[in-house]
Parts: sequence; structure tokens; C-alpha cells
Amino acid sequence: MTFTRRFTAAFAVAVAALVITAVPGQAATLRWAAQNDILTLDPHSQNHATTHSLLAHSYEGLVRYTKDFQVEPSLATSWQQISPTQWRFNLRKGVKFHDGSPFTADDVVFSYGRIMQPQGTNQIYVFGVKEVKKIDDYTVDMILSGPNPVLLHQFVNFRIMSKIWSVKNKAENVQDYVAREESFASRNANGTGPYIIKLWEPDKRIVMTANPAWWDKLIGNATDVIYTPIKADATRVSALLAGDVDLVTDLPTQDVTRLRSDPKIKVLDGFENRTIFIGMDQHNPELLYSNVKGKNPFKDVRVRKALNLAVDRDAIKRVTMRGLSQPAAIMIAPSVHGYGSDIDKVAPVDVEGAKKLLAEAGYPNGFEFGLDCPNNRYVNDEEICQALVGMWARAGLKVKLNAQPMASFIAKIQKFDHSTYMLGWGVATFDALFSLQSLLRTKTTGADGSFNLGRVSDPKLDALIDAAKTETDPKKRDDLLRDALVLTRDNYYYVPLHHQMRPWAMKKNVTTVYKADDAPESRYARVD
Amino acid sequence: MSKVEGWLRRAWNHDLAWNFRHSPVAILAALLTLVCVGGAVFAPWLAPHNPFDSGALNLSDGFTPPAWTQGGKAMYLLGTDDQGRDLLSAIMYGARISLGVGVAAVLFSMALGVGLGLASGYVGGRLDAFIMRVADIQLSFPAILIALLIDGVARVALPREAHDEIAIYVLILAIGVSGWVQYARTVRGSTLVERNKEYVQAARVIGRSSAAIMLRHVLPNVMGPVLVIATIHIATAIITEATLSFLGVGVPPTQPSLGTLIRVGNDFLLSGEWWITVFPGAALIVLVLSVNLLGDWLRDALNPKLR
Repeated sequence: MTFTRRFTAAFAVAVAALVITAVPGQAATLRWAAQNDILTLDPHSQNHATTHSLLAHSYEGLVRYTKDFQVEPSLATSWQQISPTQWRFNLRKGVKFHDGSPFTADDVVFSYGRIMQPQGTNQIYVFGVKEVKKIDDYTVDMILSGPNPVLLHQFVNFRIMSKIWSVKNKAENVQDYVAREESFASRNANGTGPYIIKLWEPDKRIVMTANPAWWDKLIGNATDVIYTPIKADATRVSALLAGDVDLVTDLPTQDVTRLRSDPKIKVLDGFENRTIFIGMDQHNPELLYSNVKGKNPFKDVRVRKALNLAVDRDAIKRVTMRGLSQPAAIMIAPSVHGYGSDIDKVAPVDVEGAKKLLAEAGYPNGFEFGLDCPNNRYVNDEEICQALVGMWARAGLKVKLNAQPMASFIAKIQKFDHSTYMLGWGVATFDALFSLQSLLRTKTTGADGSFNLGRVSDPKLDALIDAAKTETDPKKRDDLLRDALVLTRDNYYYVPLHHQMRPWAMKKNVTTVYKADDAPESRYARVD
Repeated sequence: MSKVEGWLRRAWNHDLAWNFRHSPVAILAALLTLVCVGGAVFAPWLAPHNPFDSGALNLSDGFTPPAWTQGGKAMYLLGTDDQGRDLLSAIMYGARISLGVGVAAVLFSMALGVGLGLASGYVGGRLDAFIMRVADIQLSFPAILIALLIDGVARVALPREAHDEIAIYVLILAIGVSGWVQYARTVRGSTLVERNKEYVQAARVIGRSSAAIMLRHVLPNVMGPVLVIATIHIATAIITEATLSFLGVGVPPTQPSLGTLIRVGNDFLLSGEWWITVFPGAALIVLVLSVNLLGDWLRDALNPKLR
């Protein structure tokens, strides 16, 4: 009797469990892995794609991208241009931050003031905004210094923080990442967005859960998300194959073919809008980490050209990237506005030519310099750097490679403590100006030159970039962008390597939307 | 009959030599060790390529499979890694670093352990108690953990730029410190026996200093077991180095040891490029196995109970 009853009960529980797992549309946990961790939880501190992508789960902007990268309302419901330099935004009513504080115009004004602080690196997302005026609790006016054709695209990554929460927790100031500062906001997140970040254990995991009070609805069913940074390639892929994670958003190139043929795995292909390049210090009077004393060889265009000529981009594509890249001559990827395949023509590798140029520049025996590299950020970053060391060695240059994790790498190069470095630039606004302004405009404390870490400074280039900022005639603007890209290419201010492709892999039962801007969004994810 | 000839004859007739000649395992192990050590020591002359000359690397040759498989090239007998480095050469140069670190760490361990063991056994009293308690504490941690700890502390304490240059020395120190206990214990035991023997008492009576007695009289009589431990310890030290390098805290990839090669190759194991990790792994196994067999034979040969 007891036995039967117990058996029946157990049977009922088992059936119930079966039913629960079988019903589609049920809440699910998405376990997501990628190479690197976020740098901070402070949304205004570091302009770093992984950080932005994860923080976008919690912090929202006034607008956001659709799947097709059209701008759509988010915290602002509508906007109109009162004049070319004045935009009015109507804010969404009834939105609450995760801590319960209400979202109002004060938060927009506060966030603008905060993101503009010089120790952050995200000023570019509000570039051209001179002032944010509160009209009433749910209306703000953006006063611009000039017309800005890409304002809305910029605002996608301008994330709104709660003024009340920031003041209460003394987090009004942006974390100074380079000085290794920590603040309440760099350790805690409080946005209005679809997910509440419950826990961040650096280099271990980020745990998020769906925000029940969100103003919008999740498209998928991933109510819980666990993000795990796994640096080692083989471990990351094994975790996917073993079923320990559901989604991997950066695949080691060597495993793509095999994963494609695996019946349990689905691979989403995609061109990321990211260009990988090498920057060179062109500012210091004496090059760091070098045996050249008293001068800086990279100030000489012939040396920069030699570095460019010695790189065998096809070999990197074929061997290191296994076809998953497009060799680059210009600093933006094909999906970015301003790109032209006619100007993105890569010169063939020419080691002899490079040697000749170096000799002409006064370095017949080459010289020494350092190469700083991340080892957990871009696809095959360290391997590419190792290959570059070899390619440059053939031209007589002795390169000392220093590859380290992104978190320490980025702090080092932002202090200009380098002679050359590898960086990749994805374009959040899908417009060339974003790259030109961040990477090539003469450095200031604000958005101009925020990642111009070799401190390139060319008045002609500055004039083109500054003109493009406010040019509203599309044709003229396109010409300005093009001229700036060509000028950069022909002066060899950088060594562009390739536009990176970045397939994602997931278990067969996972569906999500591929994002070319390296900003996966869990609200799209379904786990069945 | 020349002096050398007489010396050789005596060596040939020595117990140990006789034992060696009659142990096929020992001969095989010695031969293998000789091949490994020879390949490693003479790598700059024997290796077909120089894997550290980055200018000579050709990325286009990357991922070439072993010569006998499809797509292999005769000039790369065991294939190449992701950077186009010849694996055979990389293994020879890698074994050089593995062996160098292993031997240096053992010598360091031995010097430390024998010194402390002698002092402990001969002086006795509080010093003995102190050294032996430290040894007990250290024995409660696995050696690899201690090596990791020392390596980690050194990494934090030393400037980043210096890491690559001194990584090897830190590694030697770490492995050395983690292995001194067994020497100290063995030597202490033997010293306790020797110190009361007549020849030591005689030396004491004629007024020799303690240091001189320890070094000139006791030490030569306790070294036998130490040599056996050292031989076996070389194999352990090589494994410890490989483990640390595999974990990424050992030798930097610019100067790969066998462990580093295995770690780098591990990324490609799943994607079909098995040779990048399998060959360095096989080389490590052969090296360690042959040294271990040699050590075992030496232990048996020197053990009076087994004669």
C-alpha cells in the first residue's frame, strides 16, 4: 500500500518533470561562453565591445538597434529635430531602474555629464552634444554644436544610469580604469534593461536574470543567462561539445570546419564589422622598447610603409585564420558606411621592398621594438602577433612580443606604454566617422582620438574628419570620409591586417540572432 | 699499462658495471637517455631548423602534417606547428630546456636538501627539530602546489618586463625548493648512523671542526642514496616543469619547453592537427621513462639487500 502510493507519487513527479521540459516557451537558462571577460560594470568607463555587449543587458540607451541595425525607440519613445542643432527626445514613462528608482529626464542629464568625464573612454557616443536640457520630467532637448547625421547611431551605446542610485552610492564619477580604480558602479550594475546582473565574478562568470518589470518583452525564452569567459580555445569548444555551454560567440578558427559537420551543433556565419590592425607610436621623441636612441623611427613614413609591406596578409588569412578573414588596406570593414572595395586593395607582400625602405630611412640592419598584444580578445590575436614577429624579422626588424590578457593589455597601451600594439576596432555606429574620429583624429581629452594610442597627428586629416562631423550633404560627407580613409592608407598611419569574420556556434536547440557589431543580445535567444 | 687503462679496467670490473652489463633494461634505458640527452644537448648542430629564429619561419608552411602522411613535406619530418615551426627541431630545443631545467632544479634541490639534512642530523637538537618540522609541513603539500606558489609570488614581486628573461630561473628555484625534503630526510637518517661511528669520533678527538667533519668525513659516506634519489628526481622535475608550462606558468612560448609545446598543440588536438601535441608528448614520455628506468636500476644495483 505504502509502496504503491509512493510509487504513484514518484511517477506523477516524473511525468510532471517530463511535461515541464517538453513544453516549449518555458523559461530557460542560456549558458554563453566567449574568450574574454568584461572590464568593468561601469557603463561609461571603457569603450570595449564585450563590456558594452554584456552591459547592454542591464543598461539601456535612448535608442537601440533592431536585428537589421535600424535605430528604434528604447528609453526614448520618439524624437524630432526642432532645428539642425536641437533635437527633442520624448522619454518613456513608467520605466523603473532595477533598484526601483524611476527613470526621468534627470537621469539623462546626469548620464550625459557622467559619460563626458575625461577619465572615461565613451565620450564618442555623445559626441557633438553641447548640452542636454531638461524640458520636463519626460522630455529632454539635445543641443548640438553642429548638425550630426549619425547622432542616433551614437546614442545606441550611450547608456543611462540612475542619478538617485549613483548619488546614493557615491558613484557619480566614472571609474578611472587606467589608474586601476574601483567604485560602487564598477562592481554593481543598475539599469532599466531586460536583464538584472546579479553577480560578476571577474574571469569566472556573470549571472543575469530577466527583469520582470521591463517595459518590453523578451523575444526568446532565456530568462536566466550565465556568461562564462573561457580563454583556452580547446576548453571553450570542448565545453560546447560536452553540453556545458549552449552558445559560444567566438570560435577558434581551427575548429569551425569540424563544428560545422557536427550534427549536434549549429554554426552561424558572419562578418563582424571589426578591423584588426597594428598601431605604432608616432608621438614620443624616442621610441620605447627599442634600441634606437634619440629618435622615433615611426615618425618616418618609409618605416611605416616598410612595416606594411612586410606583412603577408594572405598567409595570415590562409594559415592562421583558415579563410575566416578579409585582408585589409583601410581601417573600416565592408559593412561600415564609407567602405569602398576600390580603396581597400591590399598591396602584395614585398620583403625586399621593405628592406630597401628601411635602408633608405637609415636602418639598413633594421631595429628593435616591442609589440603589445592581447591574448584573449580577437580571433587568434596572439598567433597573429607571433606570425608578425616572424614576418618583420625577415625584413630585418627585431620584435619583442608581449602578449597578455585584455584587462592588463588595455590599461598598458592607454598609458602609451608601448612602441607598437595590436588592436581591433568594431564600429558601433556602422559609420566610418566613428573609426576615423577615435583612431586618427589628434588626441584630446574627449571623443577625438580617444583610441589614437599611437598619437597620430595630421592637420590635413583632422580637417577632413572635423568637416565630416557636421557635413549634412550625404555626397559631400561620403567624399570627406573616403578622402580621410585614403589619406590614412597612403601615409601608413596604421598597419591594417584584416577584417575579422567571427562565426558563432550553438547547440542545435538554441536559436539567436547574429550581431555583426559583436554585441550578442540574450533577449533574442531561445533554448528549446 | 697506462694509468687510464688501469682506471678503465677497474671501472669495467666494478660491481655496478657488471650489474649494468647484465641488465638489458638498464642498457636500453641508458641508450634511450643517451639519444634524448644527445639530441637535446647538441640540438643547435643536429636540428634541421632553428625554431627560435623567427625570421626563418614561414607562416605558409604552418600546419604541415608529418612527412609520411598526405600533404607532408620531407623537410619537416614530424610536421610543423601553427607558426610553421619544424616540430622535430622544436622538440629537440624543447627537450634541451626541459632537461636543463630538470637537472638544474635537481642540483639545487640536492644542494639544499643535503646541506640541511647534514646539519640536521649532525647538529641535532633544536635545529634538527626545526628543520624536520618544516620538512613535515612541506610534505603535506603536493610539490606542484609549492612550485605554483613560488612561481606565482615571483610573478607578482618581479616587474613584468623581466618575466620572460628570468622565467627559467624562477622555475628552477620553484621546482628545486619543492623537492629538497626527500634529500634532507635521507641524509639526516644516514648522518645519524654515521655520526657515532668510530672514524667520526676519531676526527672529533683530533679536533677537526664540525663543518670539516660534516663535509669531508660524513658527506662522502651518505651520498650513495642521494645519487639514486637524484636520478629519479630528474624525471619528476622534468614532469613538474612540463606541468607548470602546460598550465601556462612555466617557460614562455618564445622559448618553448616540451610542456609549452604540448600546451600550444593542445588547442589543435580537436581539429585534426594531432601531431602538434602528440609528438612533444611522446618525446616527454620517452625521456621521462628512460630516466626513470635508469634510476630504478641504479637503486636496485646499489641496494645491498637486493644483491
